[in-house]
Amino acid sequence: MTTLHHPTESIDKQRDRLSEPVISVRELWKVFGPKAAEVPTSPDLRALDRRELIEQTGCTAAVRDIDFDVAEGEVFVVMGLSGSGKSTLVRCLTRLIEPTAGSIMFEGDDLLTAGDKHLRELRRNKFSMVFQHFGLLPHRKVIDNVAFGLEINRMSKAERHTRAQEVIELVGLGGNEHSYPHQLSGGMQQRVGLARALAGDPDVLFFDEPFSALDPLIRRDMQSEVVRLHQEVGKTMVFITHDLSEALKLGDRILIMRDGQMVQAGTGDELIGAPADDYIRDFVRDVPKSDVLTLRWIMRAPREDDPLDGPELGPDVVVGEATRRVLEADRPVKVVADGTLLGIVGDDEILAIVAGPEGDHA
Amino acid sequence: MTASVTERPRTRNPRRRPHLGLVLAGVLTAWLIGWYFLRGTHTLELAPAQLTGLHQALNELNHAIATNRDTNPLFVYFFDVIRVIVGEFAGFIQGLIAQPAFGAPVPVLGWLGVVAVAGYIAYTVGNARVSVLAMAGFTVLGLQGLWQESMDTLALTLAAVTIALAFTIPIGIWAGLSDRFHRAITPVLDFMQTMPTFVYLAPLTLFFLIGPASATIATLIYAAPPTVRLTAHGIRAVPPQMVEASDSLGATRWQLLTKVLLPAAKRTILLGINQTMMAALAMVTIAALINAPGLGNTVINALQSHDVGTAFNGGLAIVILAIVLDRVTTAAGADRERAAPQQGWAARFGTGLRTPALLLGGVATAIGIWLSRTFVWAAEFPGAGTLGSWVEGITEGITEWVRSNFAVATTGLKDGATALVINPLQALLTESPWWLIAAVILTVAVVLGNVRAAIVAASCIALIIGTGLWHDAMITLASVLIATAIVVAFAVVIGVWMGRSQRVDQIVRPVLDAGQVMPPFVYLVPFLALFEATRFTAIVAAVMYASPVAIKIVTDGIRGVSATTVEAATASGASTWQVITKVQLPMARRALTLATNQGLIYVLSMVVVGGLVGAGALGYAVVAGFAQTSLYGKGLAAGIAIVLLGIMLDRITQAAAKRT
Repeated sequence: MTTLHHPTESIDKQRDRLSEPVISVRELWKVFGPKAAEVPTSPDLRALDRRELIEQTGCTAAVRDIDFDVAEGEVFVVMGLSGSGKSTLVRCLTRLIEPTAGSIMFEGDDLLTAGDKHLRELRRNKFSMVFQHFGLLPHRKVIDNVAFGLEINRMSKAERHTRAQEVIELVGLGGNEHSYPHQLSGGMQQRVGLARALAGDPDVLFFDEPFSALDPLIRRDMQSEVVRLHQEVGKTMVFITHDLSEALKLGDRILIMRDGQMVQAGTGDELIGAPADDYIRDFVRDVPKSDVLTLRWIMRAPREDDPLDGPELGPDVVVGEATRRVLEADRPVKVVADGTLLGIVGDDEILAIVAGPEGDHA
Repeated sequence: MTASVTERPRTRNPRRRPHLGLVLAGVLTAWLIGWYFLRGTHTLELAPAQLTGLHQALNELNHAIATNRDTNPLFVYFFDVIRVIVGEFAGFIQGLIAQPAFGAPVPVLGWLGVVAVAGYIAYTVGNARVSVLAMAGFTVLGLQGLWQESMDTLALTLAAVTIALAFTIPIGIWAGLSDRFHRAITPVLDFMQTMPTFVYLAPLTLFFLIGPASATIATLIYAAPPTVRLTAHGIRAVPPQMVEASDSLGATRWQLLTKVLLPAAKRTILLGINQTMMAALAMVTIAALINAPGLGNTVINALQSHDVGTAFNGGLAIVILAIVLDRVTTAAGADRERAAPQQGWAARFGTGLRTPALLLGGVATAIGIWLSRTFVWAAEFPGAGTLGSWVEGITEGITEWVRSNFAVATTGLKDGATALVINPLQALLTESPWWLIAAVILTVAVVLGNVRAAIVAASCIALIIGTGLWHDAMITLASVLIATAIVVAFAVVIGVWMGRSQRVDQIVRPVLDAGQVMPPFVYLVPFLALFEATRFTAIVAAVMYASPVAIKIVTDGIRGVSATTVEAATASGASTWQVITKVQLPMARRALTLATNQGLIYVLSMVVVGGLVGAGALGYAVVAGFAQTSLYGKGLAAGIAIVLLGIMLDRITQAAAKRT
């Protein structure tokens, strides 16, 4: 796979075409411990790794110097193993946890300088969150749980129930509005959590590992539900997960964290096609590459002796979908975008991905 | 020589516990040797009518307060104001249901009105079942011929609970929200609950005189801690995820409290109110000692004249009142909506029926009230308590029968226990020089607990000597230790049995629950009938009172032992006995020491009640102090001595519990 191209540039261009980011995070730090405020500003302390920092200062840096932008309508996934700081990061974005240093711009508004009242307004109208353990109120019926945010925002009862009913239908819970949370299954409870987050019609939805507590089958249903909702309501979403396949399924772009730091950010095929280091490579090892990689990642430059009269395919076609076409054709498939020949894909390139390269089974 | 000397007392002494270790055996041996040579010296004995300087000073303080309370600004503007307000409030509630008031010869509500209102309230906060229970229970009170006494007790209980809740719920909320306040108030609550029930009656009468007002104040102080604790606990136990979710939706602190924390903590808070209610009922009956009207008075008078029939009838009325109050408040705590099925005809029918039932019940209640205000038969309970005299007659008959037929067994048991256990231990404690006992206690405190516990114990010993009642304190201590030992033995046997068998638990637990609800007085009545007024009776009553708590703690401890560990032991071939002795009991050691600690505290709080039925010593001194002005100071000092004993034993056992 030495012939891999690095199509980062074109992704950047794509991003530039979109309007200015909804969320823009710069040099964000969250440090826990007695000398928390000193760590981000001191070059010596910044250089220490996790264990050295604890030994010298008693502090833990859960989020270290994170930068990223989230574009409107995008599903942005933050992925990492437990303890990587991803849950702290998402709580910093909503200031459920107060960041130590850095800046967070939300729709051009500086979130970190917002006063209590302003912050409450934002939470009531602009963004909302779905939690791993749902955080439902057991003493309220489904409809009153969904309407809770509206009630907080002092909407009249009739109005908020109408709105809540709409959202309940939207998440597929119609008929359960008068149940209590404990009467519902885990997946249904999380639908209530989802409905509650949607009820206030926010611009951005934050998801903190929302499906980790669910059974695998239910989890798959819920992921599809999020995909469907994203298509229907088109909200910007920031999604936290420890599950790579979930990240790849949902994320337009994925940021991978380790020990509070960003290791790599990019689209799913970028992570798999061009892992930034061994950590990521190890991480993505077991992903079925044919489902994620596109032809762009496996094509090679045509050689002198290649026949150039094979079928044509676009560069963003996923390998799995192209497999049959390539193998059935007796000539290499041409990868063409806007009439330009980018490269060609033959049986060898496809088989390397589908069957796995030699020695990968060791 | 030494060998034969130690041999003889040791066979007489049942407190041999070789498993407590060589050190304790050594301490005991040294004590016994010391006792043998030194008995009768330095025992600090005080004759019943003899007073020390402290007692006289307290008498004079009592006298001085009595003569100056109309002029001293602290009394005129503070204590009297509280007394008048509380007294007026209690009097107002008594006027509603118990006493002639507002210029009429009868209370505002006659018996039919009270029964109707009780049934209606029980239905509103609970369900139809407790409503029927409340109405039936109240009617029985009337049939027992104790209507007015019961209503007095109920009125004082409600007055005390109302005032207590006005303070305790806000305090509990504050403690739930603020870590700092929670840390500050926990030791205060611990102390309030460690304090034996009856000892603050005497100091209170100093400031608030005797009568319903100070009875209500004593009751509300005693009954306050559970609500504070459970309100705080309920709020603290709300899952952080729920709080975080409401924060993320932009809830203000007030919205968080009213819409999330309080509703989520509702059940726990109601449990606290239930416990406060039960504690208040228990205390109101005891407060008869300071002239509170009601059932307690009936029982105490009967106890003092050893009139078992009347005492039992009164005790039965207290139990009925306790069951009604407990069931109604428990039903209020059960979550009606959550318990109801989600869909189906039952839910719809139930909710559909409830509103008309409430309306209909309201009308019926109004009619009941009107009747009770219009006709004498509905105002004053008709008949002269035929059920009551029947109960009295039966009780006396049974007592007589048991006495004449089982006299050999009961007296044998009583005399045997007294001669073999109570007398030897009491002799050892009362005849040893005070410094020898002090040395033994301090050594035990260090060996079982730690140096801090020993320091506390040393201060307590010094202060007990200061009260001038060392000798009485040792008599009381002997009874307390024996009662506690029996309680712990019960707790281990029954607790292990319950902890290992779900079925036994299901059968025994309701009995224990019922036992815990009953006010302490009631325990005395049957044992008084069987064993007459002796130390033995007081010990048995204390054991009955303290056992449920200790048994429950051991049960929970046994149940808390990880099932995997038990399974692993069984898998490696351990017999049932081995599993119990080598796995479950050692792993539940914390529960055992905690059970000992709680057993001690509960036994100690029965000391004063025991004083009524022949336990003598400190308990008797407290009771006598209420009755005779000349013994007031001594009674107060005895109350203090009980508290000091309590603190000492509590600290030592708690330190021991922490070491396990």
